[in-house]
Amino acid sequence: MQSSRHISWFRDVGLADRPAVGGKGGSLGELQRAGIDVPPGFVVRTEAFEHFIRALEAQAPLRARVESLDSGDLDAITAVSRELRARVEEAELPDDLKQEILAAHAALGSAGHAPIVAVRSSATTEDATDASFAGLQDTFLWVMQPDDVLRKIRSCWASLYSVESVSYRRRQGFPEAAVAMAVVVQTMVDARTAGVMFTRSPTTGDRSVITIEGAWGLGSAVVGGEVTPDRWVVGKITGEIPVRDISDKAIRHAPAPGGGVVDQPVDDAQRREPCLSDEELQALRAVGRKVERHYGRPQDIEWAIDRHTNHLLLLQSRPETVWSNREIAPAATAAADPLTHVMSIFGGRK
Amino acid sequence: MNSKVEKRGFPLPSSVKVVPGTEAAQAAYPYTIQFTPPDDQRFWFYNSMHFPEPMHAFDMVTAEAAYCALGAVNTRVQCLPTTLGIDHRIINGRVYIGGNAVTDPAEIEKRTAEFQKRAFYYYANWETLYAQWKQKMLKLIQDSQDLPKLSLPEFEPLEHVHAGRGVATNHELLVTYQKTLEGYFRMWHHHFEFLLLGYGAYLTFFGFCKKAFPEITDQTIARMVAGIEAEIFRPDEELRRLARHAVELDLDAHFVEGTTADEILASLRTAGEPGHRWLEELAKARDPWFNINVGDGFYHYHRGWNDDLSMPFAALPEYTRRARAGETLLRDVGKLQQERVQLIADYRELLGTDEERAAYDQMIGLAHRVFPYVEGHKFYCEHWYTNLFFNKIREFGTLLQEAGFFAKQEDVFHLTHYELELAIIDLMNAWSSGSAPRGPAHWPPIIAQRKAAIVEWAKHTPPPALGPIPDVIDDPAIVMLWGITRESLDNWLSSDDDKDSKEVRGFAASSGVVEGTARIVKSVEEISRLQPGDILVCQVTNPTWAPIFQKIRAAVSDIGGSMSHAAIVAREYGLPAVVGTGNATTKIKDGQRIRVDGGRGVVTLL
Repeated sequence: MQSSRHISWFRDVGLADRPAVGGKGGSLGELQRAGIDVPPGFVVRTEAFEHFIRALEAQAPLRARVESLDSGDLDAITAVSRELRARVEEAELPDDLKQEILAAHAALGSAGHAPIVAVRSSATTEDATDASFAGLQDTFLWVMQPDDVLRKIRSCWASLYSVESVSYRRRQGFPEAAVAMAVVVQTMVDARTAGVMFTRSPTTGDRSVITIEGAWGLGSAVVGGEVTPDRWVVGKITGEIPVRDISDKAIRHAPAPGGGVVDQPVDDAQRREPCLSDEELQALRAVGRKVERHYGRPQDIEWAIDRHTNHLLLLQSRPETVWSNREIAPAATAAADPLTHVMSIFGGRK
Repeated sequence: MNSKVEKRGFPLPSSVKVVPGTEAAQAAYPYTIQFTPPDDQRFWFYNSMHFPEPMHAFDMVTAEAAYCALGAVNTRVQCLPTTLGIDHRIINGRVYIGGNAVTDPAEIEKRTAEFQKRAFYYYANWETLYAQWKQKMLKLIQDSQDLPKLSLPEFEPLEHVHAGRGVATNHELLVTYQKTLEGYFRMWHHHFEFLLLGYGAYLTFFGFCKKAFPEITDQTIARMVAGIEAEIFRPDEELRRLARHAVELDLDAHFVEGTTADEILASLRTAGEPGHRWLEELAKARDPWFNINVGDGFYHYHRGWNDDLSMPFAALPEYTRRARAGETLLRDVGKLQQERVQLIADYRELLGTDEERAAYDQMIGLAHRVFPYVEGHKFYCEHWYTNLFFNKIREFGTLLQEAGFFAKQEDVFHLTHYELELAIIDLMNAWSSGSAPRGPAHWPPIIAQRKAAIVEWAKHTPPPALGPIPDVIDDPAIVMLWGITRESLDNWLSSDDDKDSKEVRGFAASSGVVEGTARIVKSVEEISRLQPGDILVCQVTNPTWAPIFQKIRAAVSDIGGSMSHAAIVAREYGLPAVVGTGNATTKIKDGQRIRVDGGRGVVTLL
């Protein structure tokens, strides 16, 4: 199926398309282009959002309502936010848009089976604060019904009108016309094990190691902090595994029967078992290196291993920001006389 | 660190009692190395890395010669800015050592200026000076081999008389003994000529890596620097080559597990032309590569492979079996070199700036320059020369035994090297006066006492350290050679506090996790107790144990850093290893199941 005005398949987008497909969408496209396995999916582009908002504006003003708010008037912001969120969540999509999305969604399925997907907001700004508003609450997992997909897309869009988002934009004097959001619709991985991976040490910033955290089931339990994950430190270059902290993983996130995610207790026998084999850790290391090389900087990656195929898939990759934004003094600089370096050993404590 | 540790220290030297019944044996050691009350003011640690077993009186010559040479280089020759030499003491047969730090800033400054004039010259001219060093060592080895055989004939040989020599043979005994000792002391000076500078350059690069890559493992840094074709790997490689050769000649049926070296050699002598050819290859390999001893060169009873073929021949059946199964056994040197180049390039690429990369290039360049010495010297010094030295002393042992001084040749090692000179003079005097020597009446009871003391001392576990803990250990020699830091001392103390702990911690030397049966090997004689699949738990190990590393699953040692022998060999064999635990051989029980996590430096008792 071809991409269209409102829908782009991952294969058709890359980082350069971020203004229209958001960070998450751009990154998934970029990963797929780089030959890395990601669950198939498409992005509902910002044009779709624009199209939808225009339809809403035709009924009653929306953006003007936000722009008229005083950043200090929290009561007014709260009231308007509640009203606009309800409008966005409940309004029907314009019919052409609805058909495009449903067709794309159906194309994700196979042999007559409706696909099960994740619906995830994909913010168009790199602003960290803004990104934090478009966080976990805007990822909807294990969405089963086509109607529900449409609803979750609107829920993502509606999050732009949360109290926090609106307050922030008013404080910054951000023009509402520039506010847009893309949404990723992606085949759900029924994960046996999932988690995150940093291609540098989150604690020391060391670029020569990869830190991997994982737990049983869907990755949301790890990302949401609901389970203490197993943790490994793997030499990026050497593949050695100097740290293996295997934790007691009491619960796992599993698909709920009617859609969504539910907590499940983990069998006693499995709780203290490592959730990844050494081969899988090495596969993660290889893909982490590949992604880092592709982007030219350390990455913060979400991954999952499919329960049925044991296939490793990446769900997201974004640049690591904490250490990258920090000024790190060089370990040493070249000396006019290379021999003077030895004084760091022989010269005594400084 | 917990405060309990902060307040505590190790026992004072004066509180350590001589084991009852061994007082005379303790008194036999020279006054220069007995503990006295002022020693309570200083920190000492048990040098179980080099001297893991109670010392025979004679073997203390190694401590004396080595610390004399080490100190001379540090204090007077290269003028290390922050440290002088090392003092040593002995109690209950255990060698304790303590460094002499320089702390006065003016003194450090003065010594720094001297150091840079001297050490920097060595670094700048390393290859030339090292080539010269090898020539000096080979000459020294040749001189030792050329020392005359010892004998006291009934009459001076007629040709000596007719030649007008004017010096009688008994004088030759003293001259030969003194030359033997002189050569040994000289060898130790050669040993330390480059050593600290070599380790220092390596540690400079090591420190840089730890700063640039805080979580890099010690073994990765070692892999970037270690040589591929160091002399110390050669004896084991020669064995592998011999095993392949045996298979090529269809002789491998002669190498049966459990048969002795003599039996194998006897059967090869009956194996016609192929057997003859293999024995010729063996002879070539033996000179010089079997001049390696089964210990670290610090004990007279760590015999060289050439003197005792049981170690190399114990490894041959397994090697021949593997060669027959199609394994090449030989390391792919080109591939290893390529991997090292790649490793260095990959880490370089991760550095943040070109400035940092330039510093990295400078430091690893220097580390590569010095490392052939760091790895190579042991073969010439601790092995080849030391074997010759102890074997020469054995000749004196034979002479004295024949004169009735003691029952066995090996008893000579129960005399200090001062006492041995006296015993030789005793024999010289007897030969010249025509009287009986005094030794046969004097030595046997003393030797019996000392033998009993060694047995007694071996039953006692010495404290790992004595005296107050220094706030910082800033002595590069101690950090470099023994891997001892303030942190490792705290570790020793806290593991002492926590006797019920199920963990033993040390340096992560070679990564990997395995479980297995612990086999405590306290001395070389116990090596044969190792069963395939065991985990070796020892006080210290050494590259010449390499052939038995094919049998074991992991290694744990009491002493040693990431550049220690156990670590190097374990990495070479891809075995998990934890070194420098301080007390693994006492905390772990023989036969116990343990888990070794070589990547984290943790041994768990199961």
